[in-house]
Amino acid sequence: MSFMDSIWLVPIFPLLGAAFNGLVSNRRGLSKTVTQTVALAGSGLAWLWGWAAIAQWYLTTDHHHAHVVTVFQWVNGGALRILDGSMADLTINASFQIDALSSVMVGFVTFVGFLIHLYSVGYMHDESDRAYARYFSYLNLFMFSMLVLVLGSNLLVLFVGWEGVGLCSYLLIGFYFEKDWCASAGKKAFVVNRIGDWGFLLAIFACFAVFGSLEFGSMFPQAAAHPESYASAATVIGLLLFVGAIGKSAQIPLFVWLPDAMAGPTPVSALIHAATMVTAGVYMAVRCNVFYRISPTAMLVVAIVGGLTAIFAATIGLVQNDIKKVLAYSTVSQLGYMFLGAGAGAFVAAIFHVVTHAFFKACLFLGSGSVIHACGGEQDMRKMGGLKKYMPTTYWTFLVATIAIAGIFPFAGFFSKDEILAKVFAAGYGDLNGYGGLYYLLWGMAVVGAVLTAFYMFRLVFMTFNGEFRGGEEAEHHLHESPWTMTLPLQILGVLSIIGGFMGFPGVLFGRPELNKIEQFLEPVILPLQWGGHDAAEHVEHAVHHVPLGLEWGLIGLSLAAAFVGIWVAYRFYMGTDAYQRPRLLAEKFPFLYKLLLNKYWVDEFYDATVVAGTKKLADLLWEFDARVVDGLVNGTRNATVGWSFLSGIFDLRVVDGAVNLVGRTYEVASINFRRLQVGFTQGYAMVMVFGAAILLVVFLVSF
Amino acid sequence: MITATHYVMLSLVLFSLGIIGVMMRRNFITVLMSLELIFNAVNINLIAFSFRLGDLSGQILAIFVITIAAAEAAIGLGLIIAFVRLKDTVALDQANTMGG
Repeated sequence: MSFMDSIWLVPIFPLLGAAFNGLVSNRRGLSKTVTQTVALAGSGLAWLWGWAAIAQWYLTTDHHHAHVVTVFQWVNGGALRILDGSMADLTINASFQIDALSSVMVGFVTFVGFLIHLYSVGYMHDESDRAYARYFSYLNLFMFSMLVLVLGSNLLVLFVGWEGVGLCSYLLIGFYFEKDWCASAGKKAFVVNRIGDWGFLLAIFACFAVFGSLEFGSMFPQAAAHPESYASAATVIGLLLFVGAIGKSAQIPLFVWLPDAMAGPTPVSALIHAATMVTAGVYMAVRCNVFYRISPTAMLVVAIVGGLTAIFAATIGLVQNDIKKVLAYSTVSQLGYMFLGAGAGAFVAAIFHVVTHAFFKACLFLGSGSVIHACGGEQDMRKMGGLKKYMPTTYWTFLVATIAIAGIFPFAGFFSKDEILAKVFAAGYGDLNGYGGLYYLLWGMAVVGAVLTAFYMFRLVFMTFNGEFRGGEEAEHHLHESPWTMTLPLQILGVLSIIGGFMGFPGVLFGRPELNKIEQFLEPVILPLQWGGHDAAEHVEHAVHHVPLGLEWGLIGLSLAAAFVGIWVAYRFYMGTDAYQRPRLLAEKFPFLYKLLLNKYWVDEFYDATVVAGTKKLADLLWEFDARVVDGLVNGTRNATVGWSFLSGIFDLRVVDGAVNLVGRTYEVASINFRRLQVGFTQGYAMVMVFGAAILLVVFLVSF
Repeated sequence: MITATHYVMLSLVLFSLGIIGVMMRRNFITVLMSLELIFNAVNINLIAFSFRLGDLSGQILAIFVITIAAAEAAIGLGLIIAFVRLKDTVALDQANTMGG
């Protein structure tokens, strides 16, 4: 059996698990053992099968070409005329593909997904049997959708997965739907994502109108072969796709749903809202890199939005006190880095950061889940502290992941973040698309963002694990290390946070570029553009090669320095005898700034006041219109009909019925009189006849 | 000398007797016989004028009338039998079911 040819089984396994848990376990209330066995089998088989398929693809093909498996023909729309005047066949297959990019994604999604399933077994154990089954059903359904998303070989299959993960995200954020704020957080995520999906859907339509196909294997080579003729189309498609990515990956201005998404169970935050789903936007941007490289405008927009989000979210993260909120803003910020990288042409670096981020952010979220579990549901860091001695495994793995995200050599985050920073700097240095100055500015912001990242992450660690416990005697009594199902994933992810970065070792610094395995591996995804030397990405690669080696080392030193500055400030603020004194003084000194950050720039309030209130106002207006005009029309029509039918009824009763009755009456009266003639005496008739004949005879005779 | 006028007079008498019989008699059979009288009055008239005018078609017509009369008698007798079966009588004033 060929794993590679039955790649479609990878998403099917978790789908079966979801179906069983959702339709059987949840309804029947089967025991937790059954539920978790099925769920772990679903995601575990997907993991094994996925990795086997990747291995087979890597070993048996030249791994430069996508291996496409068509399961069935899905849409058969017939011939349509597309924009360039030719006819195209609207045929869309339900097909999956395995290539370098999807194997990277499948590789970490199935693996991290399985670990988080395992973690959930411990974390959700206090739920009722049916809620437990519902949870795992959703989680497996999410795995299915995510795998469809990354394995799909055309935009429509990708979109199915895209909507599927959105649905599962909604279901899982609102998992505790009996709490009002959880339900509305789910709703918020769903609605905000719809705005992005609107853009994505338009992009799909535009792609078909321009290329006459939605297959990756036909759109991208077509665009790469004639970049000049597709330049304007690429701008439109690229920007519309990016609208979708903004929604899904929580970028400015649609990031507001992600912090609220923390209402879901913590493993969900780790899996969906940190490691996998939110990186779908990055995956999509990298998948469609050809469009962005053709269109400098689209690329610059991606970079600016990413850069702004990176620093904007990081500043909010500085002052939050909810442990999960800090991580949520950190995720938004890191996603900003990924888009900044993609926007600077560093698509491989963006995916590299997606992978390392999946490791350390999943570890951080799972660690925070472990902490929350121990603190009995408490999420406020001001009521934690000193947890180091109660839960050492959680502490050490959390610390490792924190060092990784802060970007300290040789942890995973160092390599990926530094790669992005270097590429953005190179984009400025090489004057990418003539926007060099802007890229320098974005690079500067990203470096400041790196300082902030290191600061808020270490602030979180110091507040949670160091110092004294501030949650009271009783809560302290309950502190305990989590069970092995929770700590094992933490340990595995912790190890990966340490060593995961070496897959993208910057060998170019040592004159050995082949050491950067992930870049080598993903190279086929970045199709060469055929316009003699004006390749947008080539500028970057060119520039990177020409950033002098000394400057490169300097950049690395700078980003390390940035991280250490952040850590040092966090240490000064939150450790030692005068802990918490300096931040309080700072907050008192700049009360407005503190309030601004604490209230997240009032973005939610701003949206409530403008978009939400505006929409409600519009809805009210439309309702008024409906009630007054439309209903008025309908009621008017009804009243007119009633009136008319009343008149018509009178006419019917008087005139029509009158005429009918008159006829009847006439015959009645006539027959009353005439029936006297019908005596029924035969000879009477004969007599009448004879006398009649006699009269006729007389008349006849007289008239002559 | 017996002239056509005599025949016409005879015919008139027979016709009148027939009419009166049809109108007055209660017995259905008698009424039928009175009808035959009327036919024969007509026949006499036809033959008398045929003779008087020297045209044979009158006599031919008389033969037709006799034929028709035979057929009529058959139908009439059939009606009588049906009537008797229905009412157990030949009295014509019993046939008053359709009286208004």
